[in-house]
Amino acid sequence: MGPIMDDGRPIFIQIAEKIEDDIIGEGLPEESQVPSTNQFASFYQINPATAAKGVNLLVDQGILYKKRGIGMFVTSGAREKLIEKRKEQFYEQYVITMIHEAKKLGITIDQLTDMVKRGDDV
Amino acid sequence: MTAIIEVNRLNKTYGKDSVLKDVSFVVEQDKIYGLLGRNGAGKTTIMHLITAQLFPTSGELKVFGENPYENNRVLSRLCFIKESQKYPESFRIVDVMDVASAIYPNWDSDFAGQLIQDFRLPVKRRMKKLSRGMLSSVGIIVGLASRAPLTIFDEPYLGLDAVARNLFYERLIEDYAEHPRTVILSTHLIDEVSNMLEHVFVIDNGKILVDEEADDLRGKAYRAVGPAANVNAFTAGKNIVQRESVGGFMSVTVLGPLDGSERRQAETQGIEISPVSLQQLIVHLTNDQMNREVANI
Repeated sequence: MGPIMDDGRPIFIQIAEKIEDDIIGEGLPEESQVPSTNQFASFYQINPATAAKGVNLLVDQGILYKKRGIGMFVTSGAREKLIEKRKEQFYEQYVITMIHEAKKLGITIDQLTDMVKRGDDV
Repeated sequence: MTAIIEVNRLNKTYGKDSVLKDVSFVVEQDKIYGLLGRNGAGKTTIMHLITAQLFPTSGELKVFGENPYENNRVLSRLCFIKESQKYPESFRIVDVMDVASAIYPNWDSDFAGQLIQDFRLPVKRRMKKLSRGMLSSVGIIVGLASRAPLTIFDEPYLGLDAVARNLFYERLIEDYAEHPRTVILSTHLIDEVSNMLEHVFVIDNGKILVDEEADDLRGKAYRAVGPAANVNAFTAGKNIVQRESVGGFMSVTVLGPLDGSERRQAETQGIEISPVSLQQLIVHLTNDQMNREVANI
């Protein structure tokens, strides 16, 4: 049901991540208005309370802020902040996993570095 | 939070048959609930008790803070759409809508008219000439356009195709967002509705097995698949709800949290971890072959 929700994780976290992705990709520029929770709810076919929980998570982190009576907006500097956070996750999520798999296959760190360079040319 | 329904140690027996056993739960205002469980688990009995169509054998039941029996203050605020809802055969769809507009104080005729178009219903056709799916659509339209403060859908889509079901979900979410109300959805199509639910009740054998926020249930279980010996070692001492093996491979469904270090440990042992959907989780929990004890989540 609904596009691109996966089963394992709470939906409100996935909603928050989608908004984050949109801010990083500049689909939602800083100081622009974020869709309302009801818009999120009908687009993703999720409960509006769940959508609100996802949005509020980003408000708590200072990524979004509320203009009374108008709606939610992207905070200035939010993109920078998110990129920093994602860089930390990148190490855990990709680098560590890659090294594990490489060791399993007997790939040395030197070979791995070469592969990364080769990948960069593509 | 205001409680719309309060059920306290409710029992229902037919002769020696105990259909509901000491059931207690609370339904809060303006949330969407899923009432899930196998056939004969007691879902419909609960809905019939809430809507004052059955008397409990013992226990307490309050709807909008009052006893619902022959109580118009309660009954005027609820709308119950049954599985295979019956209508007078000679009625046309417009007649059903007219009656509904007289019964439900919050009825929205424009919304009903829009829904009739969306579901492509022939307004002038009589009930006896409608297909099973069309009859289900009529029930869904009445349920949505009633905007009743407490709306209960009991398996409302017999004969309804996937397009129409999707339309139902879309309109429900949109209209609920504009006009919040308490909705109880009883269904077997759990995967289709799971993202819309805010709270889930699972009934099994006349008892409440699960009473939790939907988001808390997500990630409550995971499946570990890999070489049998490794999977056995990895899941030892954990709360296992299902185990299957093919050759040297084993798949085990585990109830409980999984932290980052366990995840990495699994990876190094060639064990693949995958999420379990709400539907799969409920299938495992209500499967008689499994030990019921594990259900204490």
